[in-house]
Amino acid sequence: MQELLKTPLYGRQQELKTKNVSFCGWDMPIQFDGIINEHGYCRENVALFDTSHMGEFFFKGNIKTSGINEATSINIEALRVQKCKYGFLLNEHGGVIDDLIIYKLSPDELMIVVNASRRQIDFDTITSRMTSGTLKDESLNYAKLDVQGPNSKDILQKYFDIDLDELKFFSFVQTKIFQEDCILSRTGYTGELGYELYVNSSTSVKLWDALIKDGVKPAGLGARDILRLEMGYSLYGNDLNENISPLEANLSMFVNLKRQYVGMDALSKQKEDGLKRILLPFKTTSRRSARKDFHAFQDGVNVGFVTSGAYSPIAKCGIGFVMITIDKFNENKAFELRDERGKIDANIATLPFIKK
Amino acid sequence: MKRYNEEHEWVEVQEDIASIGISNYAVEQLGDITFIELPELDTNVSIGDSVAFIESVKAASDIYTPVSGNVSEINESLLDEPESLNENALNITIFKIKLSDVSELDSLMSEEEYTTFCATL
Repeated sequence: MQELLKTPLYGRQQELKTKNVSFCGWDMPIQFDGIINEHGYCRENVALFDTSHMGEFFFKGNIKTSGINEATSINIEALRVQKCKYGFLLNEHGGVIDDLIIYKLSPDELMIVVNASRRQIDFDTITSRMTSGTLKDESLNYAKLDVQGPNSKDILQKYFDIDLDELKFFSFVQTKIFQEDCILSRTGYTGELGYELYVNSSTSVKLWDALIKDGVKPAGLGARDILRLEMGYSLYGNDLNENISPLEANLSMFVNLKRQYVGMDALSKQKEDGLKRILLPFKTTSRRSARKDFHAFQDGVNVGFVTSGAYSPIAKCGIGFVMITIDKFNENKAFELRDERGKIDANIATLPFIKK
Repeated sequence: MKRYNEEHEWVEVQEDIASIGISNYAVEQLGDITFIELPELDTNVSIGDSVAFIESVKAASDIYTPVSGNVSEINESLLDEPESLNENALNITIFKIKLSDVSELDSLMSEEEYTTFCATL
């Protein structure tokens, strides 16, 4: 087995009482002082996530003519500098190779942020779709810290000259922290006011120490998963994969079918033919939570499968996504989620799972 | 004196009634507990049977009875507050069993043996 990668903050985290897991080739903390506590820090105060495992590619070239603008669902040409956008890298069949965020650094420079598990295939795929320009994988030279929660702005303001109130959602600036380069982005995966900071390795350790000293509590991947699921955000590998299209994942608002890019024709055809299945949010009727791969049954008929499931400490029930076979399912009726242990009653819900 | 099985349940006996709970090691491994299903009152169970079920933010796990007998009491307050196990696992009885075979206790580990056992995991 290949040795797990470690982020620059691994040493700092080991000094705390963490539980680590192997995650997409990385040795990452799943929790620090408890998943539900950490979830609470983020929802009520501010939490610090090490997401340095995520990939960062840097593109330089002509957006219009290099092929990059047709490589993903994101219309980079229309994107303003200092804005970023969420979208998909699709295969020819409209399946999702990865979901990603593209940052427009300048009229001919981009940062593309991808999932750790998909770094190589993303890099190879995007490169193969380019006819000019350069793409560099700088993932191992970049650390990323997410500072998320209602108090994140107040905590971070003292480190920056710019007024953080001016930084709108899905906007970013290239600035300095501790005299080093920093991309400060008003984005996140929690639904809270929050920021993602891209810095070099040594700066990430300084920043981690400073924020911990400021009283920010570290949070792990366990809390991150519940936080994102409460908002109804998709997780690659669970709710998205190469066999699931963005339309099936119920993410049609993020795909423009009037623009040419790889996979768009397949999506158009899928829409024209009518979807056979769709990902819907569910809530259980108890504190029980279904997990990935539980099967859904309605009136004894297998109608789908769970792609994500967790217990929400706020909704106080199980929440998740279920991939439903449309012609077999009545979404106004209760259904059961089953594994070999038994069954959990559930109903279709609306997003987000929690009121903000 | 508590005795333990390898599935991380503890048992403490007074006369012929065994109080049963889960160990600190179990709670540590499970993380925040979010749901518990209790055994049914007045059912007969055999040592090693899966009689209850716990879910946490990370995992789902069966509770195996460390002794045989009849379920004489269940702790229903845990249904609403399963997370209390995270705070105080060793002091919370999940259910009680009227023992049918006291000699089964000899097959369980002492606290010291259990600590050694956990260190090997």
